[in-house]
Amino acid sequence: MKTTTDKSRREFLKSMAILGSGLVIPFHIVKGMGRGAAAAGVAAAAGNGPSFFAPNAFLTIMPDNTIQITLAHVEMGQGVWTTLPMLIAEELDCDWKDISVQHCPPDPAYNHTVMPLIITGGSTTTWSEFDRYRKAGATARVMLTEAGAHKMGVPVSSCRTENGYVISGDKRVSYGEVAIDAALLTPPKDVPLRKAGEWKYIGKGVKRLDTPEKVNGMAKFGMDVQYPGMLTAVVAHSPVMGGRPVSFDASKALRIAGVRKVVKIPSGVAVIAEHFWAAKKGRDVLKVTWTDGKGASFGSVDQAKRYREMASTDGDEAAKKGDVVAAMGRATKVVEGEFLFPYLAHAPMEPMNCTVKVTGGSCEIWTGTQMPAVDQANAAEILGISKENVKVNTMFLGGAFGRRATPESDFVSEAVEIAKASKEFIKLVWTREDDMKAGYYRPFFIHKVKVGLGADGMPTAWHHNIAGQAIMDREKKLFPLSGKIDGSSVEGVNDSPYLDSVPDHFVGLHSPKEVVPVLWYRSVGNTHTAYAMEVMIDAVAHAAGKDPIEYRRVLLKNHSRHLAALNLAAEKAGWGKGLAEGHFQGIAVHEAFGSFVAQVVEVSIRNGKPVVHKVTCAIDCGLAVNPDGVVSQMEGGIVWGLTMALYSEILLDKGQVMHNNFYDYKVLRMFETPVIDVHIVPSTEKMGGAGEPCVPPTAPALANAIFAATGKRIFELPIMKHFEV
Amino acid sequence: MNKNIQRCGISIQTMGVMMVLLGVISLGLFSFDRAPGGGGAAGKDSAASVRAFAEVYKVLKSPRCMNCHPSGDQPLQGEDSHVHTMNVQRGEDGKGLYALKCSNCHQSKNVPGLHTPPGNPKWQLPPADMKMVFQGKDAHELAKQIMDYNQNGHKNKAQLIEHARDTLVKAAWRPGEGRKLPPLSYPAFLKAWDAWIGNGGYAPGGH
Amino acid sequence: MINLNVNGKAFQVSAEPDMPLLWVLRDLLHLTGTKFGCGVAQCGACTVHLNGEAVRSCITPVSRAVGKRVVTIEGLSTDHLHPLQQAWLELDVPQCGYCQSGQLMSAAVLLKEKPDPTDADIDAAMSGNICRCGTYPRIKKAIKEAAKLQKENTHA
Repeated sequence: MKTTTDKSRREFLKSMAILGSGLVIPFHIVKGMGRGAAAAGVAAAAGNGPSFFAPNAFLTIMPDNTIQITLAHVEMGQGVWTTLPMLIAEELDCDWKDISVQHCPPDPAYNHTVMPLIITGGSTTTWSEFDRYRKAGATARVMLTEAGAHKMGVPVSSCRTENGYVISGDKRVSYGEVAIDAALLTPPKDVPLRKAGEWKYIGKGVKRLDTPEKVNGMAKFGMDVQYPGMLTAVVAHSPVMGGRPVSFDASKALRIAGVRKVVKIPSGVAVIAEHFWAAKKGRDVLKVTWTDGKGASFGSVDQAKRYREMASTDGDEAAKKGDVVAAMGRATKVVEGEFLFPYLAHAPMEPMNCTVKVTGGSCEIWTGTQMPAVDQANAAEILGISKENVKVNTMFLGGAFGRRATPESDFVSEAVEIAKASKEFIKLVWTREDDMKAGYYRPFFIHKVKVGLGADGMPTAWHHNIAGQAIMDREKKLFPLSGKIDGSSVEGVNDSPYLDSVPDHFVGLHSPKEVVPVLWYRSVGNTHTAYAMEVMIDAVAHAAGKDPIEYRRVLLKNHSRHLAALNLAAEKAGWGKGLAEGHFQGIAVHEAFGSFVAQVVEVSIRNGKPVVHKVTCAIDCGLAVNPDGVVSQMEGGIVWGLTMALYSEILLDKGQVMHNNFYDYKVLRMFETPVIDVHIVPSTEKMGGAGEPCVPPTAPALANAIFAATGKRIFELPIMKHFEV
Repeated sequence: MNKNIQRCGISIQTMGVMMVLLGVISLGLFSFDRAPGGGGAAGKDSAASVRAFAEVYKVLKSPRCMNCHPSGDQPLQGEDSHVHTMNVQRGEDGKGLYALKCSNCHQSKNVPGLHTPPGNPKWQLPPADMKMVFQGKDAHELAKQIMDYNQNGHKNKAQLIEHARDTLVKAAWRPGEGRKLPPLSYPAFLKAWDAWIGNGGYAPGGH
Repeated sequence: MINLNVNGKAFQVSAEPDMPLLWVLRDLLHLTGTKFGCGVAQCGACTVHLNGEAVRSCITPVSRAVGKRVVTIEGLSTDHLHPLQQAWLELDVPQCGYCQSGQLMSAAVLLKEKPDPTDADIDAAMSGNICRCGTYPRIKKAIKEAAKLQKENTHA
């Protein structure tokens, strides 16, 4: 079976491989980082032999039985703080209660299994670590068993392991008791992993390990870093995107009690004070002269006009089969749609922040980041020191959604610049407004789509042009692009399963450059491509006079995983059956990041506005390692998708971002949240992701439901701008 | 012109009688001899009263007043008087519900800065048993409602006059940064308010 | 000097009277469980209890807290024993967790004032707290679960 995922994933990995070369230089673990002793069995303790057992970089067992698990990925809400330990525990047979978890240092030992850098993104964590983390646990168990057998004076073959003990007959020793002995053994090369039928945790799930500290205020996010002597920095940024400071007058700011210093850095002017409030007050009275640069002429209205023109012509070829123009000429009916997708800000709950201490030739950083080694490299470059001398402490991330994975390490770099310019130990804190206006948005896109139907109502020609900034197309050393097509601009269109059955089609891409920096945003290109495809298919089905689900079933007949999700969602939602008076349903199905998700959205129109009552979701992600975690990601992704569809939009005028805070960048709240009903397709197919695949179908399913309710096809997002009273 | 002027409802007539009786006491107690109006004895000049109410009405229907006198059980916000985000509810006492009480965000004075909650020590909606709705009311309906003892928070004329001096009413003219003022200045509003009531609290013609 | 009572303990801080309570808690008292999310009372991440009411500390001047009892997430209960914390644990509510202190503090006022809340009550109480991870469905379930636990505890 052809899986489109493999194609886009390969593209993604290929570009990652390019960026990786030359980026990560192996180095020895900085002394004092302790964890993650990359050399097997080694645990240096001041020349007195090992004091703990670290069979690999991911696992350390202490004599007191503590199982220290080091994550090669970061916890930003998606649950890897629990899922990765589950994989180790499955093979290690430890007591779940003994596990403690930490983020990794920026050591290449923690590079992604299929990308040459440390990165949390692309919904890859669980499937990419499925073997590595299980092997880490299994290796340790074999070594502990050997050490235990030796200690008990019994043959290894007589031993089994359970709940943190090596057991032989009525004898037992705890893992902690034999940890030091095990550390002296040579790790086995290859250990067998347990079969699915023997799993205790995988597929069943456990409670999240990070919940206790997230319900009592003890969880430490980047924002919560505090040390004696640390000051807080608040930065004045140019009101115009890309503008730079020329000069400043800090006389008033310096009179604010608590303000210590004001320094100019490349991206603005930083006010450094004893606490946030003083720094913020200082910034309020700071006078800065800016040079606007070319950003001053940028506006959203003009951008839309330019992109519409662009999308009216064929762009660089992203997919092509047959002769679409000729086929369109033969069509019995033509359906057209011109879609607009605005810039979107991630707006995670924790505004960007970063703490930096520079001492002599070394630097220590505390922040929430999806790419700690990239930040390390960028910090080293700014300071002119070697990467080995930059320590990065990754804190809990108060949401990220792609925003904390900037190739330039924007907020980390800014904090390092401030520390460098001021020679102070600082925590940079962005206000919500700083965060909202800083760019790194989901790119603005226009899709122009024309679909020709044959006499049977099925599509015979699909002509699709897309215009939008490339994320990977940067004149930067990171994330370069091979060829003309940034896969993230077209994923979900050029590899759409629908095009398989359209004999003549063309997908083109225009990738203009703008002053506004863009970035991946939860589900990346699928945020717009799924909408364009699923709304078009709905429109085409309507034009053909067919039920939207029946129509999709015909087109997807060779795509069993799409069908499985589609059918389960339709069944659980009771498609077309027993709906309350005035309620209407819409459906969408989409594959992203290796998982297949279908959703049915139920709406009614109240006071002239759409109200979402229920979203029924079905996902085929292959094996669901932590099923409740998958459900939780679906719930969150649907709320994310509803916010995006209904409200999200970042507009600029004269280079200035017109949005500030949650009052003019609305997000869904409790009272608007529908009932969400999630079902997992029982599946033994290849594993996919969970954090992002849930987002793409929500917006089109909602728009299709609104069409069912009102006859109004929504081509431009956000939806609510069509319903303003 | 007078044809278009209707006397207020029966309750106002009744109140008028009561005012005659109570007025003496009120005036005695509250020194309302300097009170307002079109210069003559209260309740005489219906045309002047209605003229004055036209001015009052503009203020009452401005977002600064109407946003807290909504037709539903949720406050309104902004110059476009949209329903307050966050699903804020009136609550029985008009002070919000649970973790979304007015005073959870609205302080005793305005918070500095744009888009911050405006403040007043008495910040609230009218209570559920006395909603005093402004939204959706035409001038006739609103005038009648305000003069109706059973709909106005049980205020007699003197208390109504006094109400315009209340800190919460005055807050409309200290709206916080970025918010528009009501269409009349506060003294002009007081003058119109007093003239309206002082001249009898007449309602302009209904539809 | 400003005298404060936070989580039952007396503190003296040197702060301007208009300094928001949030920054006094976080930057002067180092109680970082209370979060900064928006600074303008839009998101609820900074919610604390002031004499039992769920105030948004980011726009509450510290002067307002003088003579009142301030309770932060650190003081909700010391050992996860509050029924809401138990329910949050039971249902694995948090994702990134950043907004959850505020969610819990808001929910605690709801549960105190309405021990058996309906969906509408939860919508009325909790819509001032934004969660970008989208944990609302679980928060709703967990509040109901906590209501049950609270009832059991009272009858036990």
